[in-house]
Amino acid sequence: MKMLRKFAFLIALLPLAALAEDDDSTWNNVLKSQFFAGKTIAESNEVIELDAPYRAEDPAIVPVKVISKIPQGKDKYIKKIWVLVDKNPFPFVGEFEFFPESGKADLAMRVRVNTYSNIRAIAETNDGQLTMSKKFVKASGGCSAPVGADLDEAMKRLGKVKFRLDEGLKSGQPTEAQLMISHPNLTGMQMDQMTRYVRKSHFIDQLKVSFNNKPVLKAKIDIAISADPNFRFYFVPDQPGELKAEFSDISCESPTSRKVCDKGASYSQQYAVSP
Amino acid sequence: MRLLLVWLGFCLSPVSWALPVLQVAEVAPGVFVHISAHHWPDRENHGEIANIGFIVGDSCVAVIDSGGSPQQGMALRRAVKKVTAKPVCYVINTHVHPDHIYGNSAFKAPGVRFVGHHKLARAMATRGPHYLSKADELLDIRVGPDNIIPPDLQVKESMTLNLGNRELQLTAHPSAHTDNDLSVYDKNTDTLWLADLLFLEHIPVIDGSIRGWLKELERLEKNQYKLVIPGHGRLVRDWPAGLQAHKAYLEQLAAEIRIMLKQGKTLEYAVDHVGLSARQLWRLFEEFHRKNVTIAFAELEWED
Repeated sequence: MKMLRKFAFLIALLPLAALAEDDDSTWNNVLKSQFFAGKTIAESNEVIELDAPYRAEDPAIVPVKVISKIPQGKDKYIKKIWVLVDKNPFPFVGEFEFFPESGKADLAMRVRVNTYSNIRAIAETNDGQLTMSKKFVKASGGCSAPVGADLDEAMKRLGKVKFRLDEGLKSGQPTEAQLMISHPNLTGMQMDQMTRYVRKSHFIDQLKVSFNNKPVLKAKIDIAISADPNFRFYFVPDQPGELKAEFSDISCESPTSRKVCDKGASYSQQYAVSP
Repeated sequence: MRLLLVWLGFCLSPVSWALPVLQVAEVAPGVFVHISAHHWPDRENHGEIANIGFIVGDSCVAVIDSGGSPQQGMALRRAVKKVTAKPVCYVINTHVHPDHIYGNSAFKAPGVRFVGHHKLARAMATRGPHYLSKADELLDIRVGPDNIIPPDLQVKESMTLNLGNRELQLTAHPSAHTDNDLSVYDKNTDTLWLADLLFLEHIPVIDGSIRGWLKELERLEKNQYKLVIPGHGRLVRDWPAGLQAHKAYLEQLAAEIRIMLKQGKTLEYAVDHVGLSARQLWRLFEEFHRKNVTIAFAELEWED
């Protein structure tokens, strides 16, 4: 009987598993026309490659990385990268602008992944060509939830910023920098009818990093960014100067619409760099 | 012997033929626990994987954690009925995780109060929709908003419940296993029901704060208890010896992550390299260890 049940269960699961593994339906039916109406997008890992763990160990903190395959030249460079998590209630993770001054259009960050989903990154080079790289991520399930473990702690530190240059400074060369921002990045996905908790989201929506007042990274981001947003990106320290992060947060009425939002606070933090 | 009698009682009772009665053992006078085996929550076990139970006083009963599914909650309610005719007056949820709260609905009745940490309701609100959306697919159980019952008695720091010549002291802990951990101390038998503040055999699962958890364990370690009941694993009658493995695991994690942070290693690197020598010591290591490293790293990187 037990065997039989197990067998029936496996059979029942088969189509589900097959469907989940390479499910592009949300992309094909919704996201592609929402973000790239009328555009042609090549699918390859030749311009960028997306790297993400096969299993989201903690759905609230899934490290993903976009690795660029072409240098940021004056004539040809990656101008913009969109990141989407197909099956999230709000799939848009962010759009990230890069510049020749970025040195390298690599970007690592931590995102929330609600369920089994494709994560995709679409790059636009300065000639207008679009290229997409994607990766399937298995959700972890269990007792985890894509919210964050200790929101009060993140709230207490809100607005605190740290820069780290862990690879050292390479004068005149693309150098990796890490930007850490303390912010709970509240998703606003709450069951307010029961517990009367506020359902407003509260997250960082705009971010700009510059070196000596020249932008190296500009981003429009959303609730899929994990609590305590963390980004690793490149800049070129060709002379002593200042890395500067400027960002602002926002609060929206609905978790899945950005129609009614209140602007929040603006923050700014500098970091002296001397190669 | 008492355990055997309770067990026999269940097998012979006519009710047990009809509907499942959760097997519980009387581990101290009036303290009944269902000790669970260690499993990843799935469609076979329906998430019924935690130690749950109840304490009987002269006038009424306090349920401590209601189970991983509505069905397990019902089976627990029948277990209470087998043991005593006294009514349930409190359902205490030790924290928000589904394996401890999905049985709540089985106890909803006039006169029953639900008790939890003052941050439990918020955790239910923020996590509830996600848990509910996954229950069908991952646990093969049918649950909705009615199965997530927030506490109507909220414990800010501590609270005493009287079950009739039996006082339970509840303590709301700072962020540790989760940010809404509540423990229950039964004075009569010197029993501390720690629930998921303590793991044995089953790898500890961090979903709150590694630093906070270590601090709480160090504080609790100084006290003496005749019996300590973990949320997962065997009963502890040798406190504080029984907590050392758990504490050592967290200490190892924290120490190795701090070294990596000093070396400028990334989260991704830490997840692949921290704490692997503990693999042989714990059940479900593969399922939870990387998550633990992730969450601990994200906390410790903010230390100054």
